[in-house]
Parts: sequence; structure tokens; C-alpha cells
Amino acid sequence: MAVTGLMMFGFILGHLAGNLLIYAGPDTFNAYAKKLQSLGEFLWVARCILLTALLFHVLSAIQLTFENRKARPIGYRRYDPEVTTYAARTMMLSGIILTAFIVYHLLHFTFRLTHPEVSNLHDARGNHHVYAMVVQSFRQWPVAVAYIAAMVPLCLHLSHGISSAFQSLGLQNNRLLPVFKNAARGIALLIFVGYASIPAACLSGLIQYTAGRTP
Amino acid sequence: MKLKLRIWRQKNAQSQGRFETYTAENVNPHMSFLEMLDVVNEDLLGKGIDPIAFDHDCREGICGACSLMINGEAHGPGRGVTACQLHMRVFKEGDEITVEPWRARPFPVVRDLVVDRSSFDRIIQAGGYISASTGGVPDANAIPIGKPFADKAMDAAACIGCGACVAACPNASAMLFVAAKVSHLALLPQGRIEAKPRVSAMIQSMDNEGFGNCTNHFECEAACPKEINADFIARMNREYLQTKICPEVS
Ligand code: HEM
Ligand code: FES
Repeated sequence: MAVTGLMMFGFILGHLAGNLLIYAGPDTFNAYAKKLQSLGEFLWVARCILLTALLFHVLSAIQLTFENRKARPIGYRRYDPEVTTYAARTMMLSGIILTAFIVYHLLHFTFRLTHPEVSNLHDARGNHHVYAMVVQSFRQWPVAVAYIAAMVPLCLHLSHGISSAFQSLGLQNNRLLPVFKNAARGIALLIFVGYASIPAACLSGLIQYTAGRTP
Repeated sequence: MKLKLRIWRQKNAQSQGRFETYTAENVNPHMSFLEMLDVVNEDLLGKGIDPIAFDHDCREGICGACSLMINGEAHGPGRGVTACQLHMRVFKEGDEITVEPWRARPFPVVRDLVVDRSSFDRIIQAGGYISASTGGVPDANAIPIGKPFADKAMDAAACIGCGACVAACPNASAMLFVAAKVSHLALLPQGRIEAKPRVSAMIQSMDNEGFGNCTNHFECEAACPKEINADFIARMNREYLQTKICPEVS
């Protein structure tokens, strides 16, 4: 759980850094996308590792949930937790929403099935016009809103998950714990702002794509 | 004070339990929670009703026998108190108080509010000791121990094994109990020798008993009457991982 979670967290950071290149304009962004594609086998190795991590993460989440339910067959009539957080209590829920989002996200940008009309353009250099695909998808408000909304469970999941993982791995003590807890929340919030800013910028017209290049 | 009590009644381990409502009259704010139950029981006996069974022994917060879920909190409201040390002054006239037994599969209800905590004993039997050959009593200060280690070991050794951590955990996990027992020995040179087999055996035993898994809610720490820090859980996780990765190195 902790190891696979931290692997995916690493990906989330790298992916965010890459995505933020959209603010550098179409040429940089498309060149970055091309670079990734040109990695060939390495890209597939990374994808396989991530997919395996996700699979193990989800399987252990399911096992954890069942075992924990079984450990308390009769619940309390009144149960007043004192310190746990909303994020910690809804890890499974935020995880399930994230799974659904990951499926939609892959169908959208990786397999390019959901918006084919804007997904297969090419720029002047003949590269896949990823910039156009992203910006034009997010011009449709339901898509932009869905992406922004999906970043809420991601933020919640990580706000508990990051410090939880360090506790689970024993890389924490009572002096570091508050530091990790606050850092996890801060990082989760930054991740939310970073990711959500992209659809928000496209929707508001801050980032624009003016056609003119031929498909 | 006059209070309304909603208390779990269950004849024996096999029977189906239910909540019963009682009124506690003339409750003195200086009474402990258990003394209040004693008074209610007197009253019930007078009416020919079976008294409410609950666990207790020292009544001074050191034995770990008392074990009541009071208004949704293990040992009731307030930090660092056992039910026997909880005073009625924290409640006020007319309050409704729900009293339930600890709820966890490894803590089956024996009767009313009494649960069987022998699962904890079996975890201790799995490794919560040091093997000492018999002989003369060793010299008290023969083995020097650094003050920080001695202090930390004492913090862990404060655990009275009441089970509040399990009762308060959303997952009914026993990690804080096991972590305290693993750590108070592992932090001292005498206990260090068997530290690795101990942590494996005790965690194995904890899992076999059917306790839940820790997902780091820290409810155990908040409920612990001895305020044992969840830091010990991280310590145990570290020791466990090290043991799995290299069982020989100490
Ligand atoms: C975006 C991808 C994801 C990331 C970056 C991520 C990250 C994390 C991290 C770092 C942890 C803490 C591990 C620990 O304490 O040992 C965690 C725990 C957890 N994750 Fe995820 N996760 C992701 C997706 C999912 C999915 C898809 C599910 C479920 C279907 C899920 C369910 C859970 C559950 C149930 C826990 C344990 C709950 C707890 O520790 O309180 N996660 N995750
Ligand atoms: S009766 Fe001994 S701790 Fe409460």
C-alpha cells in the first residue's frame, strides 16, 4: 500500500511538472509530448510499472477494507472519533473515484477515443498537436469541470496518503509526524492547484488555441 | 444529578444482546463512572433485575480491567483517563449516556459490558517477554542504559493492556498495544537480543487473532488512557520491515 502509493505519488509529481509545460506554449508542450513518445520501450516499461503499482494498490485496498470490516462485525450504536480526518475515513471512496477518473483520462488523452474531433491534429512541424487536443477539450465546460472535480478526491487521498505511507514504512517519529502531516496537506493542495489550473485556464480563455494550422 | 443510561445487556456469549434504558438518580458529581454503575446496580438488585456486568479491579487506573465505550469514546470523554478514573462531574443533569462493550471480533462479549480479552494474552505469549535463565538476581546497574532509551521504554511500558486502542480504532486494529509491548522490550539491551523474532511472532499472532489493519487514523493514541504515542507504531513498522529484509542483523 505505502510503496505502491508512493510510486504513484512520484508519478503524480512528474506528470504535473510535465503538464505545466502547457503554459510555455504549444511548441514546447508538443515537443515535450514528442520526447515522451520517442522513449519507446522505456515508456512502456514505465507504464507497466505504474499499472502494476495501481493494480497492487487497489488489490491491497480491497483486502484491507474487507479485513477491517471483518474485525468489527458488530458496530457501535454511538461512535465519536476524536482525531481522524475526513480524508482518512474516505480513502476507499476517493480511491474509487480516482480509478474511474484514471479510466476516463486514459480513454480521453491516451487512447483519444472520447474527443476524436480535436485529438488527432498535427502542428506545423508535423508533430501530434497535444496542445490543441488539451485546450480544445477543456473549452467544453463539462470536461473541464469533470477534471477539476476529480482533483478534489486526489487532493484528499494524498493529504492523508503521503504522511500515512511514511508512518506505515516506519520512517517517522513523534517529532517528524506533525511535519509530515502538514507537508502532506500542503503538497496535496499544491497538486490540486497545479492540476486544476490547466482546465481552469483553458476554460477561462487564459490559455488559447487559435486554429490556422491544418490538421 | 439525574441521568438517563442506555446500556448494552447481553446474557452470555451466545445470546443476542440489546440496549436497555435505565435512570440513575442522585448521582454525585464526585463519583467515578464505575461507582455510578454500582449505585444503579444496587437499585436494579432491589427491583429483582440482574445487575449490569462490567469489568473492574483496581479502580485507580493502573490495572486495565475497566473497559467501557461511553458515548462513543473508549473510556469516555477526556484524555488520559480510564473509565474508573472518569468522574461524573464531566456530565450534567439530564444527560443521556450510551454505554457499550468494546467491539472487535477478537474481543467477544462474555456478558453485558464484559469482553474476553485473552487474545491480548496470546499475543504476549507469542513473544512479549525476554528469556532469562534462572540464577541470582542480577546487579541493578550492571547493564548501563542511556536515559533517553530508559525513558522511551518506560513510556511504552505504561500500557495497561485495556484494549481502548482496539475499541477506538475504526478498523479494530491492535497496533498500538502490540507496538507498545514490542517497543518497551526492544528499547532495552536485555530485550534487544530477541527483538527480531519477537516483532515477527507478535505481529503474526495479532493477525491470527483477527484484529484489523492500521490505516493511521491515530484514534488509538487519542483514546489511550496512558497516552501512549502512535510513534511506537512507526517504530514497530520499522523494526518489522528490517526483520523481513534482513532477519540476522540486529
Ligand atoms: C492516483 C493514484 C493514487 C495515489 C497516488 C495513491 C496514493 C496513496 C498513498 C500514498 C497511500 C498511503 C499508503 C499507506 O499509508 O500505507 C494510499 C492509501 C490508500 N489508497 Fe491510494 N493512491 C492512488 C489510487 C488509489 C485507488 C485507485 C484506490 C482504490 C480503489 C486507492 C485506495 C487506497 C486505500 C484504501 C488506501 C489505504 C487507506 C489508508 O491508508 O488509510 N488508492 N494511497
Ligand atoms: S479498574 Fe483498573 S484501570 Fe480501571
